[in-house]
Amino acid sequence: MIDDDHASALLEVRGITKTFAGVQALKGVNLTVRAGEVHCVLGQNGAGKSTLIKTLAGVHQPDAGEIRWQGEVVTIADPIAALHLGIATMYQELDVVDGLTIAENIFLGHEHSTGGVLKVAHANRVTRELLNRLGHGDIPPSTEVGQLSAASKQIVSMARALSHDAKLIVMDEPSAVLDSGEVANLFRVIRELTSQGIAVVYISHRLEEIRQIGDRISVIKDGRSTASGLAVSETPTRDLIKLMTGREVANVFPDAVPVPRNAPVLLEVNHLHLRGQFSDVDFTVRAGEIVGLAGLVGSGRSEILETIYGARKATSGSVSVQGKTVSPGSVAAAVDAGMGFSPEERKSQGLILDEPIFKNVTLSTFGRFGRGGFLNEGAERDAARDQISALELRPADPDRPARTLSGGNQQKILLARWLVHGTRVLLLDEPTRGVDVGARAEIYALIRRLASEGTAIVVVSSEIEEVLGLSDRVLVIGDGNVLAETNAGEIDEPGVLDLVMKGSAA
Amino acid sequence: MSEQKSPILAESAPLPGASQQAERPSAVKRILGGSAGRNLGLVIALVVLFIIGTVTAGDRFADINNFLTIIRYASIIGVISIGMTFVITAGGIDLSVGSVMGLATVVASLTAVQLAATQSSWLLMVLIPIAVGCAAGLVNGIVIAYGNVVAFMATLAMLVGARGLAELISGRRTQIVTNTGFLDFTRANLLGVPILIWIFAIVAIAGWVLLNRTTFGRRTVAIGGNLEASRLAGIKVKRHLVMIYVLSGLTAGIAAIMMLGRTTAGTSTHGLLYELDAIAAVVVGGTLLIGGRGTIVGTVLGVLIFSTLTNVFTQNNLDTSVQQVTKGLIIVVAVLLQQRFATRK
Repeated sequence: MIDDDHASALLEVRGITKTFAGVQALKGVNLTVRAGEVHCVLGQNGAGKSTLIKTLAGVHQPDAGEIRWQGEVVTIADPIAALHLGIATMYQELDVVDGLTIAENIFLGHEHSTGGVLKVAHANRVTRELLNRLGHGDIPPSTEVGQLSAASKQIVSMARALSHDAKLIVMDEPSAVLDSGEVANLFRVIRELTSQGIAVVYISHRLEEIRQIGDRISVIKDGRSTASGLAVSETPTRDLIKLMTGREVANVFPDAVPVPRNAPVLLEVNHLHLRGQFSDVDFTVRAGEIVGLAGLVGSGRSEILETIYGARKATSGSVSVQGKTVSPGSVAAAVDAGMGFSPEERKSQGLILDEPIFKNVTLSTFGRFGRGGFLNEGAERDAARDQISALELRPADPDRPARTLSGGNQQKILLARWLVHGTRVLLLDEPTRGVDVGARAEIYALIRRLASEGTAIVVVSSEIEEVLGLSDRVLVIGDGNVLAETNAGEIDEPGVLDLVMKGSAA
Repeated sequence: MSEQKSPILAESAPLPGASQQAERPSAVKRILGGSAGRNLGLVIALVVLFIIGTVTAGDRFADINNFLTIIRYASIIGVISIGMTFVITAGGIDLSVGSVMGLATVVASLTAVQLAATQSSWLLMVLIPIAVGCAAGLVNGIVIAYGNVVAFMATLAMLVGARGLAELISGRRTQIVTNTGFLDFTRANLLGVPILIWIFAIVAIAGWVLLNRTTFGRRTVAIGGNLEASRLAGIKVKRHLVMIYVLSGLTAGIAAIMMLGRTTAGTSTHGLLYELDAIAAVVVGGTLLIGGRGTIVGTVLGVLIFSTLTNVFTQNNLDTSVQQVTKGLIIVVAVLLQQRFATRK
């Protein structure tokens, strides 16, 4: 088996280690990739996936271990050397330039020119061929990249890899920015690539996707390979989770706590309408209840949440908290009324990354701790410490910058912010995006606990399974309309998708 | 150990003793690793300049009266720079401060205003520049926050507009200040120190307290660090931005009072290019040009560095062109150091 690997291996990584400023990020990672396969690399956040990717891309040099490329031991000195070998990397934050056209992006850094004058027609022709190879011949090469969706930008990034004659494309969580339709398309393109003999290293922590697209799988935990080259079809999910987290994860979603019949209605959304986005959204949430909004990306779920919160101004309709109407289009009014919001893009919309944990926790409340416009940072720290221990936020140091925390702990900062505020209505947009599998269960349990303590919660997620598993009641959203409202136990994922498909057909 | 105590402490959080105890270990850490470390570099630069000055110009430089000259020279730009520190910390820029200051000197020294001041009180000549500064800042703030115009463009428009208005009002003539009450006030000495320096010191201290110890300062840093996150946390971002530009206008107004006193005249050319000197001092001082981090102490040191530099050059009868080249070099080096520091972090 190993001999066979040697024979057909395109890339072979053996026992590489890497230490940054005393912290060992990689402690011995193995990876063998064959031509024409989709090789998934699985690992929690902080497991060392990014360091591995950057080592392959020539950004970092390993301290020990060897990298063989087509049988030869190689040193990947810099990103250009990686491209020369035929290793292209697609980072999560796509490195395309919005202001340039597709063709200009693809030839960025290796422009074709005669005497300094760009050969635009030539570049456009080659670009069209590359897009054709990816099954997207319909996009004109002269389109400005800034006008493209995230999905199309990925296609551009892949076309650029092809233009470098890549034999191996490393994709870092490419599905994170896509909705399910776009993911299906991405998978089609990946199959197109592998059928041409190109190998793909696919990084993800969405196990369902790996099932769909992966041939073989390698797992990293704490900088070490815990498994390499497992056949996807023969490895049960339970084993993968165990390899990844080191423990059994059973029953990820906490049990629902029945909402008392006399629980007061905390949030009332009355015929809310935002022109061009959604119409006639009407529901209530009682204390202790979790209501989920299920739907595909672009269905209007996030917009509904943002409008309830006042971050967008409703065209008509109203929102009341504890029976009092909240003045529309004002976040400050919503916060005063007792609403809290955890946005979809935690880093760009939720946190001040360079500020310490405690200032992020008290971002909505710092005025309360002191008097007469003065601050009381000591009291703020104490309040943050309280939340740190209540939510098991790590590291438990209120002065640590938010940037240094994992996705799960950053999410906890946002929850802590609203707990300090005394929020009764919590709106959570994608509460587990960028949170690894182990920490997800913890976030779920936390959300359920907040509900059982009397908070009314609205959850939006692109993972339908998550919405169904977490909520008491579910609103299915399609094209800005509420297609159905039902108890979570009475609908399953195919049921939701069925409604969405029917809804958009009608 | 403080962590174990914290749940109990937190219940009685408002007790000052409890909060101080919890704050102590991290405060030490903050001072060593934080702004003091950065300011140390500025202090060293200042000391080096003093050594150069003493070596090259001897007693002409190393004299208490000369030191007071340096600080007095720094005081007008210094006051403007304090306001600018807030604007830049909040992620903005104010290019209009110099010409707003010029406009304020012109309005305050109009014959009609001086006549009114003589009939009522010289304080009118203090209030008028402040009102002009605040009004210009209010316009800047409203255009930026509610009109969604980029700060660079909005304040560039004010730069041009205010200068033009000052020329129109004054007919490009220099208006002499004759009000003796006002002149007595601005040219007074208190404990042997000129009033201009006192004003600079008071503005700097007030600015430090405002930035570091008040909710206003916290909002400023938060908005500069992440405007969207601040908005979604319930901070009234637009209103605060307006207040930031009013504050910048206020300091330009105070600077106008100082300028009127120092030169005994109001003219539309007062404050030419002051905005650039202020921005340079703020950035050299360590405030991040992209916002989210600001330091008043750094700004004061930055202003003093530039004014000491000018003094050293003047004492040695060196060409002002050489001085400007040196200034340019200092700005580049300071920004390079700042970036290295940021990436190391």
